[in-house]
Amino acid sequence: MLTRHGPSSQSLSHLSGRVLPSSVATARLSTSTCTTSSSSRTIHQQNRGLATVQDAPPPKRTHYGGLKDQDRIFQNLYGHHGADLKSAMKYGDWHKTKEIILKGHDWARQFVLQQIISEIKASGLRGRGGAGFPSGLKWVRYVSNLASLQSAHGVDLKLTNVVQSFMNPKGWDLEKKPRYLIVNADEGEPGTCKDREIMRKDPHKLVEGCLVAGRSMNATAAYIYIRGEFYYEATVLQRAIQEAYQAGFIGKNACGSGYNFDVFIHRGMGAYVCGEETSLIESLEGKQGKPRLKPPFPAAVGLFGCPSTVANVETVAVAPTICRRGASWFAQFGRERNSGTKLFCISGHVNNPCTVEEEMSISLRELIDRHCGGVRGGWDNLKAIIPGGSSTPILPKHVCDDQMMDFDALKDSQSGLGTAAVIVMDKSTDVVRAISRLSTFYRHESCGQCTPCREGSKWTEQIMKRFEKGQAREREIDMLQELTKQVEGHSICALGEAFAWPLQGLIRHFRPELEARIKGFAEKSGGIALAGGWEHDASKKGKLIAPGQ
Amino acid sequence: MALRIVPLVFRRGGQSTVTISCLPCRSFVASTRVSSETLHVHRDTAGNNPSIPFKFNEQSLKLIDEILKRYPPQYKKAAVMPLLDLGQRQHGFTSISVMNEVAKILEMPPMRVYEVATFYTMYNRSPIGKFHLQVCTTSHAIRAIGLTEPQTPCQLCGSDGIMKAIETHLGIHPGETTPDKLFTFSEVECLGACVNGPMIQINDDYYEDLTPESTISLLDALSASSKQTALDHKGGSDAGKTTGGNAEEVKVPSPGPLSGRKSCENSKGLTNLTSKMWGPEVTRSDL
Repeated sequence: MLTRHGPSSQSLSHLSGRVLPSSVATARLSTSTCTTSSSSRTIHQQNRGLATVQDAPPPKRTHYGGLKDQDRIFQNLYGHHGADLKSAMKYGDWHKTKEIILKGHDWARQFVLQQIISEIKASGLRGRGGAGFPSGLKWVRYVSNLASLQSAHGVDLKLTNVVQSFMNPKGWDLEKKPRYLIVNADEGEPGTCKDREIMRKDPHKLVEGCLVAGRSMNATAAYIYIRGEFYYEATVLQRAIQEAYQAGFIGKNACGSGYNFDVFIHRGMGAYVCGEETSLIESLEGKQGKPRLKPPFPAAVGLFGCPSTVANVETVAVAPTICRRGASWFAQFGRERNSGTKLFCISGHVNNPCTVEEEMSISLRELIDRHCGGVRGGWDNLKAIIPGGSSTPILPKHVCDDQMMDFDALKDSQSGLGTAAVIVMDKSTDVVRAISRLSTFYRHESCGQCTPCREGSKWTEQIMKRFEKGQAREREIDMLQELTKQVEGHSICALGEAFAWPLQGLIRHFRPELEARIKGFAEKSGGIALAGGWEHDASKKGKLIAPGQ
Repeated sequence: MALRIVPLVFRRGGQSTVTISCLPCRSFVASTRVSSETLHVHRDTAGNNPSIPFKFNEQSLKLIDEILKRYPPQYKKAAVMPLLDLGQRQHGFTSISVMNEVAKILEMPPMRVYEVATFYTMYNRSPIGKFHLQVCTTSHAIRAIGLTEPQTPCQLCGSDGIMKAIETHLGIHPGETTPDKLFTFSEVECLGACVNGPMIQINDDYYEDLTPESTISLLDALSASSKQTALDHKGGSDAGKTTGGNAEEVKVPSPGPLSGRKSCENSKGLTNLTSKMWGPEVTRSDL
């Protein structure tokens, strides 16, 4: 372990500049036990992800954004009409759902799963975010699981096959077990508030999505795990489910298709970590929300020991509209491999924060200027942006100037799309304090099951608290970097990465600020603090400090 | 057991740090884990001990039947979270008797219920006031990250402002309850309404887009409405609703943004979804 991170501090920070979070995760997935040396890693990991291995021909379109109203899926985002069944049907929900279901899982799979899953997979490893966990990882984990399933069945590993046997491996119909679709509505990632808007304003899209997505994976029931704080949203959703039951759209013989499908709500009780798929399953089973080791993956052994799939609210809710309007309609938006529309939540130092559905690959600046009235004090007043919820690395202004908002582009900038929750910070912001606050958040939300995350989140919080004041030594910046590298990839779930990445982003882009703060503190207190935050004259005061200081 | 042996001075630490520095040895620091919840240990008190009886009422029992139908019969224990929530709503907080009763209904070892009740932050294992003020400090931090430099002219008022407003107005700090048992104040993590921050959750309702002024007037309205209700009659303890009963006399603002915004749209007017909406007519022809 130490040899991996052995190089001197300078080469270490150099390395960190290159390593992409998600590619590290990939490496972790494929070679979880193999200890690759850091040198071989740097060779493979250029500033380019798996999805952009080849130089693509110049794109036909160069400008994205400005989605037209007739192409927006969530028409009721601003509460134009009620959340009831009647108005939902007026605006297209539950229209010809029976026909979609009757196409069977082949057709539905082709249009729902292939479209969405393969898009998420190919378009970058972080999907349409769950509760802040890099949900793209989940999909990939499924895929690697399926790979093992398939090799067991002697099927070759093509992407389409992977999608085919996602929940339906060969011989699935011989199994008598029930199969579950679990919708992850445990939205708790700081900055993210898109699922809430779907559930309280367009609940029927979600209920219908459960049916369509559930049918595509031959599920018997769907559980919607909604975070406990969303009491009102759960009420609206429950009403929508009841309406759908009464209208015969779900339940026995759903939509008259002969297919039985139930939808249940399960309210969480306030734990961020339950946004991770296996801890969500644990929580649904009535236990503490502590993640499980994988494998076995939920697609094999999930909720109540049955095959299950966990999917995000937004992913499920867009499924029926894609089926109804066609995959090619959905694919026309955004860059290749990043297609579709997406809900963006822009908060922080913009003039008018809002949630908006926009085309993928829209430029960050256009997104903010068009929908949020610009950054407070103008674009030049911008300091940094967190592009995809708190667990994605921060981007400084010079990167934001021409940043596209999609999976590949953000991955190339060493960040991620995450949940597309854009947190804007202007020049008045104390970036170190902001990231320090996020460390506190992750320390609070770590479930405490595995050591790297439980201890690491606490240590990083303590270190960041000192960095806020500058009460540290410069070499401790490298120590922090090394610490995050030790956590990343060594925890059971992705919460380890989630708190490591923002810190790595901070060090990557705002190291001068950290150093200046340390200098400032030294000037004020009459000497550079010793490592660990001791006063420079601690030994004179008779305190026993670490040797060599 | 170990706790009995450790001198009282360490345990007294509470949220603060006890530092004993003995020269010239390295100073010794013992601190308790700072978290928004109370201790993860149950200690019998007069108001919370296993001998206090607790039974679900008729209405709750009906709901429990409903809830149990959602889960496979051999996995009854999956219903532990909704049942604990029901118990909390009926009893006011999740006491040890509530946990034991849930364990009995679900035929599971009480320890398994205790595990769940201590893990999730929304189970209050000590009595709380009538209005539980849960200030989202994460979103506020995001919204108010500029506050450390007070000379910045265009700073938004964020969590620090709201927290300070509540602290000075009610005279309590996070984790405390007012003497009249009306307000309990706690600091919570991201509540998932970041576009509408700063915000506060009062029992089940979200109040968004707050300023210190609107927060104080909201608190005033709540305490006035509570006094009004007490005057009207003693009953009507619907734990879930803060705005109920006497909306005519005392105007408690309805949940949602208090700035006049409807929900998550641009507050200066819509930037999208202004033209004619589509319906079933866009469906592909081959369906």
